[in-house]
Amino acid sequence: MWENLFSEGKPGALDRVDGKQKVTGAAKYAAEYNLGNLSHAVLVESTIAKGRIKNIDTKQAERAPGVIGIIHHGNAPKVPGYDTGDNPAKPPTGGEPFRIFQNARVYFAGQPIAVVVADTYERALYAATLVKTEYDKDEHETDVEENKDKANRPKGPRFEDYVRGEANAYKTAPVKVEQEYILPIEVHNPMELHATTVVWEAEDKVKVYDKTQGVKATQKSIMDAFKLKEQNVQVIADFVGGGFGSALRTWPHVIAVILAAKKVNRPVKLVLTRPQMFTMVGYRPYTRQRMGVGATMDGKLVGITHEAISETSTYEEFTEGTVNMSKFMYACPNVNTNYKIVALDKSTPTWMRGPGEATGAWALECAIDELAYALSIDPVQFRIKNYAEMDQQRKLPWSSNFLKECYEKGAEAIGWNKRNPKVRSMREGDWLVGYGMATGTFGAGRGRATAKATLLADGTLLLQSAVSDSGPGTATAMVGIASETLGLSPSKITFDLGDSSLPPGPTQGGSTTTSTLGSAVYDICIALQQKLLEVAAAKEGSFLKDAKFEELSFKDGAISRKTDSAKKISYTEVLKQSNLPQIELTKDSQGGDERSKYSMYSFSVHFVQVHVHSLTGVVRVKKAVTVADAGKIVNKKTAGSQMIGGVVGGIGMALMEEGIFDHRFGRYVNNNLADYHVPVHADVPHVEVLFVDKKDPYTNPMGTKGLGEIAIIGFAPAVANAVYHATGKRIRELPITPDKLI
Amino acid sequence: MRQFTYLRPSTSKAAIDALSKDPNAQFIAGGTNLIDLMKKGVMAPEKLVDINNLPLKEIKKQTGNLHIGALALNSDVSENKLVTQYHPLLSLALKAGASAQLRNMATVGGNMLQRTRCFYFYEPSLPCNKREPGSGCGALEGVNRMHAIFGWSDKCIAVHPSDMAIAMVALDASVLVYGPKGNRRIPFQDFHRLPGDTPEKDNSLEKGELVMGVEIPDGPFTKNVHYLKVRDRASYAFALVSVAAALNISGKTIKDARLAMGGVAHKPWRLLDAEKALIGKPATEETFKQAADIAMRGAKGFKYNSFKIPMGKNAILDALKTAAAKV
Ligand SMILES: Cc1cc2nc3c(=O)[nH]c(=O)nc-3n(C[C@H](O)[C@H](O)[C@H](O)COP(=O)(O)OP(=O)(O)OC[C@H]3O[C@@H](n4cnc5c(N)ncnc54)[C@H](O)[C@@H]3O)c2cc1C
Repeated sequence: MWENLFSEGKPGALDRVDGKQKVTGAAKYAAEYNLGNLSHAVLVESTIAKGRIKNIDTKQAERAPGVIGIIHHGNAPKVPGYDTGDNPAKPPTGGEPFRIFQNARVYFAGQPIAVVVADTYERALYAATLVKTEYDKDEHETDVEENKDKANRPKGPRFEDYVRGEANAYKTAPVKVEQEYILPIEVHNPMELHATTVVWEAEDKVKVYDKTQGVKATQKSIMDAFKLKEQNVQVIADFVGGGFGSALRTWPHVIAVILAAKKVNRPVKLVLTRPQMFTMVGYRPYTRQRMGVGATMDGKLVGITHEAISETSTYEEFTEGTVNMSKFMYACPNVNTNYKIVALDKSTPTWMRGPGEATGAWALECAIDELAYALSIDPVQFRIKNYAEMDQQRKLPWSSNFLKECYEKGAEAIGWNKRNPKVRSMREGDWLVGYGMATGTFGAGRGRATAKATLLADGTLLLQSAVSDSGPGTATAMVGIASETLGLSPSKITFDLGDSSLPPGPTQGGSTTTSTLGSAVYDICIALQQKLLEVAAAKEGSFLKDAKFEELSFKDGAISRKTDSAKKISYTEVLKQSNLPQIELTKDSQGGDERSKYSMYSFSVHFVQVHVHSLTGVVRVKKAVTVADAGKIVNKKTAGSQMIGGVVGGIGMALMEEGIFDHRFGRYVNNNLADYHVPVHADVPHVEVLFVDKKDPYTNPMGTKGLGEIAIIGFAPAVANAVYHATGKRIRELPITPDKLI
Repeated sequence: MRQFTYLRPSTSKAAIDALSKDPNAQFIAGGTNLIDLMKKGVMAPEKLVDINNLPLKEIKKQTGNLHIGALALNSDVSENKLVTQYHPLLSLALKAGASAQLRNMATVGGNMLQRTRCFYFYEPSLPCNKREPGSGCGALEGVNRMHAIFGWSDKCIAVHPSDMAIAMVALDASVLVYGPKGNRRIPFQDFHRLPGDTPEKDNSLEKGELVMGVEIPDGPFTKNVHYLKVRDRASYAFALVSVAAALNISGKTIKDARLAMGGVAHKPWRLLDAEKALIGKPATEETFKQAADIAMRGAKGFKYNSFKIPMGKNAILDALKTAAAKV
């Protein structure tokens, strides 16, 4: 099993099982369920950043043609779950939790303060412009830089200051670098706008088509908010047009549209506008980091100090593991970290691809590069010299760590050793040429999932689990795993997902879906084989009577003894001879105690070649090689696409993405895709993706680790390091726009 | 919904009549700018006069000049044989603008009349004197990275976003206008205006006047030309600064030169003094540097856009070098 996975026709080289639906438009997204009697919702937003709504005048709007209802804090039904527990808000940072339409408070500019429901979208949109709001305005604060001193350490042991050895030991090192690195706000901006279509099927029963990365999690949030039974809340997300983390939570606007549908007693559809994507579904928070790194003359790390100040809203505490990578990544006797957040009058940030680590790696991997240059040691060699043989923080062996192989593969592919290592030494005409690299890492987690398998008499297999696929190709990977495990052609296997009424699957986040759900699929395929054997062996005169499971081979849809492949019985025959229409199994799956024995991480190494125009400061990424140690790769096509997507995101992060605030108004000024730049085709060179593709012995039965996050983690510092090699200029504030290189 | 009437006249006379009768009417051509502004609530015309039925698409060579109709599409103009033959600079500038999809809709008239992309202009709930005279300039002390370094006033520091217009002004084009008072011809140079105390007025077009086309006089700038656009991504982004450079080099001497900049002022910014400094000089880096220095005299930036001054200088140097190197 798992041998020759990538040869043609094998599950490791599968085309996307839903590819045709996607490219032909047959795939349905949350905004595409045009239910009978459907009405349309548009959110009215606050234009101030902090204060109270003094008066909200909806008279004119109510008289506008087609308007069915307008709901705001003055007339909204109660959300029963808001009285108990924290749902949907997480614990507030100090202020009160934000509970949509339940009071007059304004916590941020762009906050939904009313929803207009009309018979058409256009009419709702127009009526929304007629809602007139008066505010009692308070002074707001939205700038991290102005409020750094108010930053606090979040509560809880995870955020305690970390000290290994001696704090600030880098200062005593013969060679040291001490610098600050800034990351601006980044906004997820998946292509698909967040959308929710709601139909109340009974007084206490609701069906919600939603853009969510977790149908079960969204179902739970809705159950809690509206005090409904599990079987009375159905959440559907058949397809998700990208998320990058923005769809990991059930946001207040989802609650708003469910409320609205109840109040107007009709199905309601809400689609956020692009500007609303900036304020209603989170963002990667602005973070200032201070790094101190020091080494001996021969390049052994002496100390790492990593401090971060980031932001959250006043009504929720958002935290991420920004400083974590520094704790375990390199062999270093002295490490100390400190992480603080400041509560500001803006909406709550959320996880964005490579949460925490992408921000942390930006600082750590630039500082490591700076130190390598200060030591006159090749940045790759410097990292290898300080390679950690085990997890430095938890003092546990790695479950697997092929970083050295990654460095080697990547360096070879980009021609690292052929470059002139001297700074500002390479040129092509007026373009300065530079090479840079950096490392990324992310925990290789595994959660809990349930899968259901139905093997039908015609030999086809239906697998089901309540997971959503925000783009990586989950169903394709699961079909591959099932095919390889069960010994059945992928063409006979279907994977059903995106429906909360299926057996519980995980939320798609943290690069864990393949490990978590794939293990469940693996387990159920084994269980299915055992069941097939049991059924077959029970038949009078079966050649499998008394056969031991281990002695058998399950291949090409048939069972045989390993020792005698000629004599076999097909799965269909097994069912047929016992008059079974199908075999149906459901199984829950999770890991054992391996996570307390081993430290499990995925690793990535990114190499880039950049050209920087010596006169205009324009930076172009000319070559990108990205290498992943993500354990066993289940499907090279979709995994390769994941890595390419990470590189595209990484180019955006490095060179252009920035959510820009005018702090006088506490508002974004570039909240659209003309002014918030993401890479266009012309910004992205050919991307070479390389996999170590070695099974991790401990993570899960397939030996996979995660992939989605490491694809972006470390890419931006690789670009910054290449820009330094090209120009001799260290840019420590992202994005690296041309003005910074003039 | 906000109601508006829509008509599609088939003669220019009918078009200008329809417009001049109605104070709140607008022509619409490709609609790539106007529709966006209507969606954002920045402009709210009560009547749209669609001019796409007017016979203004033609690109033709006339004695002494090239005529381009106001409705010629940006994509068609940029690929047109006459344009690439007589005025390759215009083709380059057009191709640097927007995206292929937008250029397929955008017209020459609409392009020169597109409105600024200033953040504050685009957001009705923020102050902007151009959108709402007297409400203040949001950019002056706000996010002004994209803003003007030449010719601004304390009422408005917005820039004109067109790439095409930078080439037009460099090539001494004229705008042909037809209106209630008949035909007139406006030198491109004078077509757009500086903001002064009335930033709400982008240009010198009078109410009801229709742009019929442009005429570009024949010139010697058929080879050593370059349009350089410095931007935050490789395509589909407005210029931080842009430079239209055209040289007529004979032997090693610059016989004639044209230089204009985009992304730096409320109008396409022609650099006449710098041109003078080029003419008669050898086509060397030294000459180009001197011209670039002269070009940026008098530039004054704000909190976030002062980089445009050194960047502008370098961009001029790069554009001139690239233009001179063409064979
Ligand atoms: C995302 C985006 C990016 C862009 N990037 C760039 C860029 O990089 N560089 C660039 O140069 N441009 C850029 N553009 C702008 C684009 O070039 C303009 O939108 C386009 O040229 C306008 O032409 P149109 O025919 O669609 O004008 P319309 O939108 O139809 O009209 C614009 C204005 O001109 C008036 N008008 C049109 N024709 C006439 C006429 N014949 N006589 C009198 N008045 C007239 C209309 O009344 C209206 O006020 C971008 C646009 C977008 C949306």
